[in-house]
Amino acid sequence: MTVTHTAGRFVGQSVRRKEDPRLVTGHGRYVDDVVVPGMLHAAFVRSDVARGRITHLDVTEARAVPGVHAVLTAAELDPHVAGPMLPSMFAEGRQGVCAPVRPLADGDVRFVGDPIVLVVAESRYVAEDACELVEVEYGPLAPVVDFELAAEDTTNLVHPELGSNVATTMATPPDPTLDEAFASAAQVVTETFHQQRQTPTPMETRGIVADWNATAGSLQVWMSSQNPHEVRRTCARILGIPENRVRVTQQDVGGGFGQKFFMPRDEMTIVLAAHLLGLPVKWIEDRRENLLASNHARTDRATVTVGVDVDGRIVAARIDHLEDAGAYANGGTGGAGVFVAMMFPGPYRIPKLGWSTTSVWTNTCGRGAYRGPWMMETVAREQMMDVVAREIGLDPLEFRRRNVIRRDELPYASVSGMVYDHVSPEETLEQATALVGYDDLRRAQERARAEGRLVGVGIGLYIEPQTGMGALGVEAATVRVATDGSVDVYVGSGSHGQGLETTVAQVVAEHLGVDYDQVVVHQGDTDVTPFGGGTGGSRSGPILSSAARQAAIEMRDKVVHIAAHLMEAAPDDLEVEQGRVQVKGTPARAVTLAEIARTAYESSDALPPGTEPGLEVVTRYKSPPVMYSNACHACTCEVDRASGIVTLTRYVVSEDCGVMINPMIVEGQIAGGVVQGIGGVLYEHLVYDDDGNPLTTTFLDYLLPTAAEVPAIEYGHVETPASTPGGHKGMGEGGAIGSVPAVFNAVADALAALGVRVRRSPLGPSELLAAIDAAR
Amino acid sequence: MDEVVVTTTVNGVARRALVEPRKTLADFLREDCALTGTHLGCEHGVCGACTVLVDGAAVRSCLMFAVQAESADVTTIEGLSSDDGELSTVQAAFREAHGLQCGFCTPGFVVSVTAFLRDHPDPTLDEIREGLSGNLCRCTGYQGIIRAVQLAAQRGAGVGA
Repeated sequence: MTVTHTAGRFVGQSVRRKEDPRLVTGHGRYVDDVVVPGMLHAAFVRSDVARGRITHLDVTEARAVPGVHAVLTAAELDPHVAGPMLPSMFAEGRQGVCAPVRPLADGDVRFVGDPIVLVVAESRYVAEDACELVEVEYGPLAPVVDFELAAEDTTNLVHPELGSNVATTMATPPDPTLDEAFASAAQVVTETFHQQRQTPTPMETRGIVADWNATAGSLQVWMSSQNPHEVRRTCARILGIPENRVRVTQQDVGGGFGQKFFMPRDEMTIVLAAHLLGLPVKWIEDRRENLLASNHARTDRATVTVGVDVDGRIVAARIDHLEDAGAYANGGTGGAGVFVAMMFPGPYRIPKLGWSTTSVWTNTCGRGAYRGPWMMETVAREQMMDVVAREIGLDPLEFRRRNVIRRDELPYASVSGMVYDHVSPEETLEQATALVGYDDLRRAQERARAEGRLVGVGIGLYIEPQTGMGALGVEAATVRVATDGSVDVYVGSGSHGQGLETTVAQVVAEHLGVDYDQVVVHQGDTDVTPFGGGTGGSRSGPILSSAARQAAIEMRDKVVHIAAHLMEAAPDDLEVEQGRVQVKGTPARAVTLAEIARTAYESSDALPPGTEPGLEVVTRYKSPPVMYSNACHACTCEVDRASGIVTLTRYVVSEDCGVMINPMIVEGQIAGGVVQGIGGVLYEHLVYDDDGNPLTTTFLDYLLPTAAEVPAIEYGHVETPASTPGGHKGMGEGGAIGSVPAVFNAVADALAALGVRVRRSPLGPSELLAAIDAAR
Repeated sequence: MDEVVVTTTVNGVARRALVEPRKTLADFLREDCALTGTHLGCEHGVCGACTVLVDGAAVRSCLMFAVQAESADVTTIEGLSSDDGELSTVQAAFREAHGLQCGFCTPGFVVSVTAFLRDHPDPTLDEIREGLSGNLCRCTGYQGIIRAVQLAAQRGAGVGA
């Protein structure tokens, strides 16, 4: 049964965002808006070749440019590194699988974009002038570009120190029962799918200002980041200074989508340079650098085998996954492959599973997180569901219905050990297909095909995990009531577009009993906020909100306790409404939060015996190790046979993120993800030539969807409360996950009438015309 | 590089500055005028984040030199709301329709839409989509932005603006 939660006074309401007045008027504060007295500007000289020895490097002319303060090479900067240039979760004990990251290329370069020289000058204009004067010559080496060939290449090694182009590889052991299950199947289908290279492209590129104060021995960093406390730890580690000497300020952040979750190599290099020079240094990435050298994502291959019985029920499956980590993965190994394998069964009953996953180094830009980093599990599985359905003569919806996990089977332990509970895959499948009018669509498709038109419908069904492991499992919130009754909330993880200033305030207002306007949320400053794990992995909604909720409830309890004493009433007879503690049924008998706060701070003798003075609560919430939300996407498309252009005609999402804090924000998150997925199937493709030269380094080559291409998105909501205190689940990544197979399957369905089979994205006009021609 | 004098009016305020001839209008606005609401998202004229009005026309300030704005009347995002902080019709509609998330592209959209609605006070949905296609947003999927333009048009943003 689907439980529909009754919205609260603030939780569940589409209240207007607190962030917006400053952002719509141009008064946001992003990292490039930071100006520090004496601040210098940095620019990188980057490699023009994918793999080669540096045979000649001359910075003499660059150093002579007026206005240039320093021209740093590996010789100056690399010895300055005091600790591993890796994310904290990889920095200790797990370096063997990580790329040997260094600030600047030393002796050889490993991808086009590899930083070789850092110029620091009085302006970015002058810094770029000096970059032009740096002389670099290379002895080119054969690059490893094709990730499908990298593992076998033992001659050309991306990282000679590591001895192999294989970064990580894991597999299930041989399993005779799996073989038996395949042998018993009525039909076994094998297919290979590819997802092409993409990149997150937040509209604000990366950027940092680093200011080292040598006399105080302290570092101030302003950075466009999803994770200020991780940046603080990383800065301390690479400089060899205590964490309490580092302050990181995040301010407004212009999107991240995973790219800004860890501290990237270039930002670390700026910190090292500022420390070495003893001067404040700003570096703002330009868009070319962002497309060339920030981090790339996707670039996966998966071979999937599925066995089904005579009734169309899956009896066994296998996935063999390969991913391209690039040269310097932003996030350690760059590998999400184990999650691909673990999540592969998704919303279906798959009794037997075998898997392997391999991550390889190549002489390309490093892989990094991008909204749904392990989405290949859903991409490959959902595309395979359509392939198998077609092979066995079932409609893709019917095939899914026969295999989808039903609510009466929960909690459901998947064959890979994931225990799903509080999910509703069957309900969202039915809601999405009903909203899109699936049965009518099939009849309309017949008519359209009779007219020679290519129309299709596609489904993407998935379960989205929110990891709560390690540092990612805990969030903190501090709630303070000031003497005037206004409420401050301090949270360890901050927003880069998700609207956490709004949703955290909603949760606190709801549970403390104050007005939304009375609450201000502070985030993104490590000097002010408690430690937090960062915003990513769809975790802030459920984990941060739970911490805030807990702190607000503790504060309300304290406020009521004090009020009861002051009013000589029983606590149970009191309620907190709009910042007043009042007697239930007699609201005129009340004390205000301001009166209670003044008592708590100034007249502690008037407090109930044993009560700690002041009104401040600090709480930490530990989440379950994994939580799950789920959704189903269904869309329709028409392919123009002459041009190969795909038009999406309908787009429906049915999602279940539990109790919604702010439906407007939930739908906004879905929409943004969906359009990234649409771009990922139809438009976005980072291309390298055979020599490892990137061919897509502007927004004229790397095509993002615009308002002219996107369909109107329709939403359905199923609310199955999670086990978190407020019943909330994360959903930040899901839109980008489900949309990829939904769009892909719709196009494949449209082309099926011609006998055209597509197995790899992107599905741009040239790819579709080629596929249509090949099928003739 | 020898600096030259630029004299412009920005948001109604006379501005006079010495700049290098190669300095973009965007950098002039951000650095010399301290108007940091104009954002740079690509610096090659595709994303539209840096859109400002020059003599009423929506232009990409990353593709124009400051010296080209000599004697011009420039309006930036900061010039669209009233001095007491009241949002313009377009700005209020963006907030109400959830037309922004991270907010980085938003100034460019708001300026572009302000000019678009002035020229198309009663646009069709197709005209809105086309009118927005010169600005990139990575957060919203454009759903809220399209709604915001419809809402602003209904409220007469383009009439007598």
